Amino acid sequence: MKERSPSGLTSAEAARGRSGRREDGESATERSERSTLLRDNGVYAAIVVLLVYNFGFTENFATLANLNTQLVQVAPVLIVALGMALVIGTEGVDLSVGSVMAIAAAILPLYLGYGLVPAIGLALVAGLLCGAVNGTLVAVVGIQPIVATLALLVGGRGLALVLADGQLKDIRNQELLDLGAGKALGIPYVVLIAAVLAVLVFLLVRYTTFGRQLVAVGGNRSASALAGLPVRRVLMTTYLLSGVLAAIAGVVATARLTASDPSAIGNLFELSAITAVVVGGTPLSGGRVRILGTVAGALLMQLITATLIKHNLPDSTAQIVQAAIIVLAVYLQRSRSGGGS
Amino acid sequence: MKANPAANAAVLTATAIGKRFPGVVALSDVDLTLAAGEVHALVGENGAGKSTLIKVLTGVYTPDSGTLTYRDSVVSFARPSDAQQAGISTVYQEVNLVPLQSVASNLFLGREPRGRFGLIDFRAMNTAARELLDSYGLRVDVTRPLRTLGMGVQQMVAVARAAATSARVVILDEPTSSLEPREVDTLFGIIERLRADRVAVLYVSHRLDELYRICDRVTVLRDGRLVHSGPMADLPRLRLVAMMLGRDLEEVRREGATKFDGERTAEDTEPVLVATGLTSKHRLDGVDVTVRPGEIVGLGGLLGAGRSETAMAIAGALPLDSGAVTVGGKRLRTGSVAVAMRAGVVLLPEDRKADGILPDLSVRENIVLAALPRLSRAGVVSRRRQDAIVATFMKRLRIKASSQYQRVGDLSGGNQQKVLLARLLCMQPKVLLLDEPTRGIDVGAKAEVQSLVDELAAEGLGVVLISSEFDEVVEGADSIVVLREGRVVTELHGADVNEAALLDALAEAGERE
Amino acid sequence: MTAVATQPEEQSVASGRLTGRERLAALAQRRGSIVVLALVVLIASFSFDSFFTVGNAQNVAIQSSFLAIVALGMTFVIISGGIDLSVGSVYALGGVLAAYGIQWGSLVGLLLPLVVCGAIGLLNGMLVAYGRLAPFIVTLATLLGARGLLLAITDEGSTTRLMARDDWLTRLGQGTFLGLGLPVWITLVLFAIGVLVLQRTRFGHATLAIGGSREAATLMGLPAARNTMIVYLTSGLLAGLAGALAAAYSASGVTIVGEGLELDAIAAVVIGGTLLTGGAGTVGGTLAGVLLLRVIQNVINQIGTLSSYYQSVVSGAFLAVVVAVQAYLSRAYLRGGRR
Repeated sequence: MKERSPSGLTSAEAARGRSGRREDGESATERSERSTLLRDNGVYAAIVVLLVYNFGFTENFATLANLNTQLVQVAPVLIVALGMALVIGTEGVDLSVGSVMAIAAAILPLYLGYGLVPAIGLALVAGLLCGAVNGTLVAVVGIQPIVATLALLVGGRGLALVLADGQLKDIRNQELLDLGAGKALGIPYVVLIAAVLAVLVFLLVRYTTFGRQLVAVGGNRSASALAGLPVRRVLMTTYLLSGVLAAIAGVVATARLTASDPSAIGNLFELSAITAVVVGGTPLSGGRVRILGTVAGALLMQLITATLIKHNLPDSTAQIVQAAIIVLAVYLQRSRSGGGS
Repeated sequence: MKANPAANAAVLTATAIGKRFPGVVALSDVDLTLAAGEVHALVGENGAGKSTLIKVLTGVYTPDSGTLTYRDSVVSFARPSDAQQAGISTVYQEVNLVPLQSVASNLFLGREPRGRFGLIDFRAMNTAARELLDSYGLRVDVTRPLRTLGMGVQQMVAVARAAATSARVVILDEPTSSLEPREVDTLFGIIERLRADRVAVLYVSHRLDELYRICDRVTVLRDGRLVHSGPMADLPRLRLVAMMLGRDLEEVRREGATKFDGERTAEDTEPVLVATGLTSKHRLDGVDVTVRPGEIVGLGGLLGAGRSETAMAIAGALPLDSGAVTVGGKRLRTGSVAVAMRAGVVLLPEDRKADGILPDLSVRENIVLAALPRLSRAGVVSRRRQDAIVATFMKRLRIKASSQYQRVGDLSGGNQQKVLLARLLCMQPKVLLLDEPTRGIDVGAKAEVQSLVDELAAEGLGVVLISSEFDEVVEGADSIVVLREGRVVTELHGADVNEAALLDALAEAGERE
Repeated sequence: MTAVATQPEEQSVASGRLTGRERLAALAQRRGSIVVLALVVLIASFSFDSFFTVGNAQNVAIQSSFLAIVALGMTFVIISGGIDLSVGSVYALGGVLAAYGIQWGSLVGLLLPLVVCGAIGLLNGMLVAYGRLAPFIVTLATLLGARGLLLAITDEGSTTRLMARDDWLTRLGQGTFLGLGLPVWITLVLFAIGVLVLQRTRFGHATLAIGGSREAATLMGLPAARNTMIVYLTSGLLAGLAGALAAAYSASGVTIVGEGLELDAIAAVVIGGTLLTGGAGTVGGTLAGVLLLRVIQNVINQIGTLSSYYQSVVSGAFLAVVVAVQAYLSRAYLRGGRR
């Protein structure tokens, strides 16, 4: 069955497009090198520009407190975006991450009575199970990721509400509250968690067999299958990871919020995560996973929102600006895989 | 049957066409003139520039230099639909129709007859479709989805579509690769009709017999350049082949058309691969293949005969309903590529762009892809081991790249193919299944690949070779298994492995119905 | 000249003719949703007294109509091989614009949403067709942008304008004819047109071809880019229309509607039997898909004892099952003889 990735091309078309030739005058190698430079580093440049601007023109921006606030706010999105980057790397997408966060948030208060570790553990197991459902639908049954994870997005939120009986519950467990608000060496725990996870995922993609196989599967699934790669296992693992990471993000968000709110937690997180991944230079067509870029993408989007807020620009402007940035980022990416062959 | 070679009005003229792509010059200073009522042969090896030239003529590419003149005025096509509107129709080797739509829909897509209120009049469309196909001698149920018909019939529908669009120029790119001999006759009938209607026909093929049968003039390309252009009748076959290959006439007569050394191995050793009764619904029906160490077994047959499916089935890439595959005496679990690879059976896929290379990854990454688990410890890939393997194979196969980190998508076809071969050889295989190993690569790389295959066979590997070039199959293979519609029809061994016998086997297979 | 005949019953190995089983699979794919809908309605009618009443039917019908109009546009987009994630925001924008524009009369109240939402659809179309950007990402961006626009014109979401009840636009949304709401009739008319367009016009044929294989369609000379633009334009227009009608129905331009609507639309289209990969689809099936989703919601409400959260769980599970079955059927149906 012909599979179409979110990028709109079939695998064969995308593969042919990427390995094909472009007909414009300028040597395509030269052009693709230039656009790669822009694509890969545009994010960082944008971050630097914004930081400089804000240091200069925004009051109270360059304070430690503010920087901490920004980082703490971006941490949950970043954690989810790490998992999303892996899934997108396989030419898929995981729309259910917000709902998985909500499920994790709903589970926590139910088991905090047994201790922090068991409660978190169960929340993570829930994330794993959600990932398993997604993975089975995509890898075993062969459903398109967008529809498969859509099912969990719809059903998962409902499940979370059922578990929580529709209620918002305040968190009283001191350890969890400490996790949310505490610091080590001046850095908030939640930021440390996000940073450690980012490093781990980065290493995973770069240096492990699984990581290399993931990139290959996303780059050209049939070629990977014919090369003997365990495609199903790779896909399943990818969705499992996405589920676990979403669950961690749910725990973190709950700790910060000091309340478990399954109706609101994770709302629209999938959009933010996808945005961070795409802006960071990981193409929707799969085959390249840029973890550093994803981190940068998340930071950039956070910076933009913060800048706009500090200058009292309304939400509406923030959203329109975000939309424009996404289009720009994708436009820069397209120079590589859009051409015919 | 040939048209009067008196001056026919030129319909489409290409002058000094040049076209480059990254790393390769596809066309350089090429001229071509298509005249009304004339069938013009375009000949050349893989990589000679034929398909690039066609794409320039039909608006898929814009040339970097040179001009196109159509019906006495200079034109420039920005997109394929421009060329089509102008009256240039193309039938590609890959059936480029819409498989899910009906035959009639495909015939009239874009020009469906309309009835009341501007809505499509299906009855009129189906009737017109039926009449059209009948007039060409094709009796087909026009309401069936196209994909339910055999490849040959699909191709005929594509030709009928091109012929019916009141085109002034019809380009046929390898039109007979999926046709049986009877269908070829029908096709030639259509071409005669076109000739009578003063349509200019460009016929691209490497089936020399057909060219000599139907074409009036011939243009030969080699390495992107024009080598010869003139009447077909003035060019003897052997000279044509020599021109295509760029070799001396005598040399070709002496040494054959390929780099295969043509020696036959007459081993009586234990076979390294025994495949029996391979059956997969709608694709294969009881196919048997046996390969001995050092033997090159060719799979012969037309497009759609099941050659690729056989190779894929042996390699574990095609699930089987029944059948057994034994390697080195041990029975293999079918349907798993990983299992086959572990047993030493590897496959070079037919479409390297779609199923082979990972274009965005480096040469290094592509080579080690299959061997990753063997090169890692506890899940982490060993840099040192990767370095060693990549260096070894880049050297042995003479892979030309700026470095092992160059993006594979930027390499030439020949080097991409070598990267794929390196990937397979990393697995220390016992059996190599090669599906069109020299397709779409330049002449130099082709020779290298052919020699390499000979070398590997000499080292004791068993090889199954699929190639649409008769020369390769005939000169390279020690024996040939001829397939038709998923069944083995005959096997050729020893002295029977020659072009005449192969053609006979294919033709005979076609007659038997 | 010898004739080449193909006998329908010839079962040659590699020619991939449709077996009876494959034909059945194709039928199930395209009409299955209607059968399931009928079954569900039947079971629900016997199980709940309050289900099979005129009042309930009217209710379900009107609630379905707005989603249905959006899903109609989505059907064409998906058949052409794309996707439109922006329809939820565009729908909300349409409602807000209708409420805003009605102060200058019903005509403006109707045209303003159509023009603006159509323009957004056109923007989507251009970015996808000419910019060659992936539909997923383009429409994701428009989703954000349209909602931003909505916030901008409603004072960051705080203003909800009311629509006067005697303007004909409001009456269009609230009126009934033969017991069914006017929006329901509008939906039926639009769907009838949709069926005709898909099956009986060159445009519809071209859309199917382009969704099946863009390469082949372009090589066959079809105007793929123009077709794509029109498809997205229509999606935007229909989403805007649906939003305007919904606002008229509730006589107010509520700002928080539409979130997640695009996903409901996609679910309806997929459940209805249209292939997400494009190239084949059914307009009628989408209507069945919409009804199925709404009926399930309705049934869960009928149960009463279950919390409404179970609605989403069931919908989600249902979607998963349906798509799984589809995937299985597709494999049987699409396995043609290649090579």
